[in-house]
Amino acid sequence: MANPSYVSLGQRLISALEAVLAVIVSSYPYRASAGLLRRAGVTGRTLVIAIPTIWLLLFFLVPFLIVLKISFAETRWLGSPPYTPLFEWVEGQYLQIKLSFGNYLFLLRDSLYVQAFLSSLKVAFISTIFCLLIGYPMAYAIARASPSWRNTLLMLVILPFWTSFLLRVYAWIGLLSNQGVINQVLMSLGITREPIVMLQTDFAMYVGIVYSYLPFMILPLYANLEKHDPSLLEAAVDLGCRPFRAFLSITLPLSRPGIIAGSMLVFIPAVGEFVIPRLLGGTSSLMIGRVLWDEYFANRNWPVASAVAIALLLLLVVPIVIFQRMQARETFGAAR
Amino acid sequence: MSAHPDERDAPWLDPKAQPYVRIENVTKKFGEFVAVNDVSLNIYRGEIFCLLGGSGSGKTTLLRMLAGFEQPTSGRIFIDGVPMEGVPPYERPVNMMFQSYALFPHMTVEQNVAFGLKQEGLPRAEIEERVAEMLSIVKLNGLEKRKPHQLSGGQRQRVALARSLVKRPKLLLLDEPLGALDKKLREHTQFELVNIQERLGVTFIVVTHDQEEAMTLATRIGLMDQGRIVQVGTPYEIYEFPNSRFVAEFIGNVNMFEGRLVEDEPDHVTIDSHDLGGTLYVGHGVSAAPDALVWAAIRPEKMVLSREEPPGQHNKASGIITEIAYMGDISIYIVELDSGKRVRVTQPNTHRHADDRFSWDERVWVSWSDSAAVVVTE
Ligand SMILES: Nc1ncnc2c1ncn2[C@@H]1O[C@H](COP(=O)(O)OP(=O)(O)OP(=O)(O)O)[C@@H](O)[C@H]1O
Ligand SMILES: [Mg+2]
Repeated sequence: MANPSYVSLGQRLISALEAVLAVIVSSYPYRASAGLLRRAGVTGRTLVIAIPTIWLLLFFLVPFLIVLKISFAETRWLGSPPYTPLFEWVEGQYLQIKLSFGNYLFLLRDSLYVQAFLSSLKVAFISTIFCLLIGYPMAYAIARASPSWRNTLLMLVILPFWTSFLLRVYAWIGLLSNQGVINQVLMSLGITREPIVMLQTDFAMYVGIVYSYLPFMILPLYANLEKHDPSLLEAAVDLGCRPFRAFLSITLPLSRPGIIAGSMLVFIPAVGEFVIPRLLGGTSSLMIGRVLWDEYFANRNWPVASAVAIALLLLLVVPIVIFQRMQARETFGAAR
Repeated sequence: MSAHPDERDAPWLDPKAQPYVRIENVTKKFGEFVAVNDVSLNIYRGEIFCLLGGSGSGKTTLLRMLAGFEQPTSGRIFIDGVPMEGVPPYERPVNMMFQSYALFPHMTVEQNVAFGLKQEGLPRAEIEERVAEMLSIVKLNGLEKRKPHQLSGGQRQRVALARSLVKRPKLLLLDEPLGALDKKLREHTQFELVNIQERLGVTFIVVTHDQEEAMTLATRIGLMDQGRIVQVGTPYEIYEFPNSRFVAEFIGNVNMFEGRLVEDEPDHVTIDSHDLGGTLYVGHGVSAAPDALVWAAIRPEKMVLSREEPPGQHNKASGIITEIAYMGDISIYIVELDSGKRVRVTQPNTHRHADDRFSWDERVWVSWSDSAAVVVTE
């Protein structure tokens, strides 16, 4: 049933990349340096692994270590940087290391932080559920659409990325405010007399988060659903299964990796989200991202802010790692 | 090579027999393209009916219409006397074994096989019992807990077979069931299929484009070309009495001599063939106009090689051996006749020390009996 003249977006991207690579590989600087490296005993494989490794080291690990370091320091209210150094030469002879766990204890002691964590998790969880409920049917419809429609629909999903994230959030203010488009329409139709207060409520915040993160749910789901072999559903129906049950027992379990990937892509950034709650949400919405922002910029308490960041990271990373190990065991562990 | 028709019972010869599957003038179009063209077929209970044909001849499409995945553009399908119009696949007494097996990758072997029974809502104990029984029939004991990706191609094929058989369908559709197997496993499985079919009494419709497979398995073969059924018959009939050049050339090897009818009697015809550079005498009548263009088809094993000129004035030609292939049981000779036509002759290797075996570039006579050739008019 595959149409040979049809080239998917991904295939096009890959062939474009291949063309760029071919140009690079045939260029003189590449060949010259490749020759040098080969003589130095550096293989292509090492290089391929080295580039992302260096990237991650420079832009992820180093900043992480800096934040980690600050989180163990004490606040220095005056001075720059606004925290005490971790390592110090005492009398030019001893290296003195001063680790302070006070910031972490502070996080546990002050219920504000625990509450902010919990409410962030709740907001992220609810947003993820909504993204899934809205995104799954959309991804499914795109994957089942005819090839010519598929690209158009995918483009529509990706299109919002072409405009600034902030602009899109501001657009929701224009839609949801008391004088906004939605209220004006409702009032002119006579459905309500008074404007419905939507802006600065949890509702507006959820709308903003779900809207912004929906593509991150749709794309991995689509990538998964598109690969499904339609003959599996036919086989299920052939064995006496009604179409909806076939969806539940075949398509749904097979799309689990897509559901997990999409949910993580939504859940993880949503936990730390602070722009949308600030612009659309009410003052009562206490999100950890906002607390973090306030700690850094309003209170200028870098060590506590860093401790918040590290705690947030651990809270997210540990369950994910455990989960992934479980997944791996389930997939490969049954092999005998 | 094939079972003689009277070795098995032949319901298709019995005018009172009710066909289990009746396909009436079924046509399937995809847009303007006609994939299945006015096909009519009767298939009887307990048959292994092989749909044979080249790539794109419409075999899968016909099968999918029987399973209910496609609707005929026109024409009707009856299964066990019930018209299948508007009957969804999950309500048809039919199961299909897919060309790609279509095993559920997230389920174990056991779960795959049990799937169809679960849909019927059978009690768990019965499901377990029937799954175990079916797995032992297809010899998959011990692999119950594996997932499809942990199986070999042959094992997967047997899971697919078990999954489609466990529901005890009246009709099993198999789309190139042995396509992915190597030759040895394929032959083994062919016999297993026949065994299972006889044990369970299921009607099989098997799609294949491997003519040897069709000859081995089938009670009857339906040969398809460009959406049409061109001939239906037992393997023996299809092989020995092809009704067209296409059929003769599709099944096995054949030497085809083009010529004109010169004598047209009820019990014999003679054909003047420029391909042969002589005349052919065929011991059966032909319904064709005198002087019509006809073809005489002769199977390689029905030809005889000799050094001396055979007696008689028909059915012989001399030429030079240009190629010899020793196959063990037989040898294949390619002989270039004086007319320029190359013919293929097979001879059994009855003696181990054949000092008088023919050699390259040897001049020989090719001859055959009056009953060897079949005349086709199209
Ligand atoms: N869904 C479809 N849309 C359009 N054309 C189709 C469709 N399904 C099949 N065809 C066309 O119908 C013709 C017959 O296809 P079919 O799959 O029945 O062939 P087949 O005999 O099974 O071939 P093979 O031996 O290669 O499997 C082919 O030319 C195919 O391109
Ligand atoms: Mg096919």
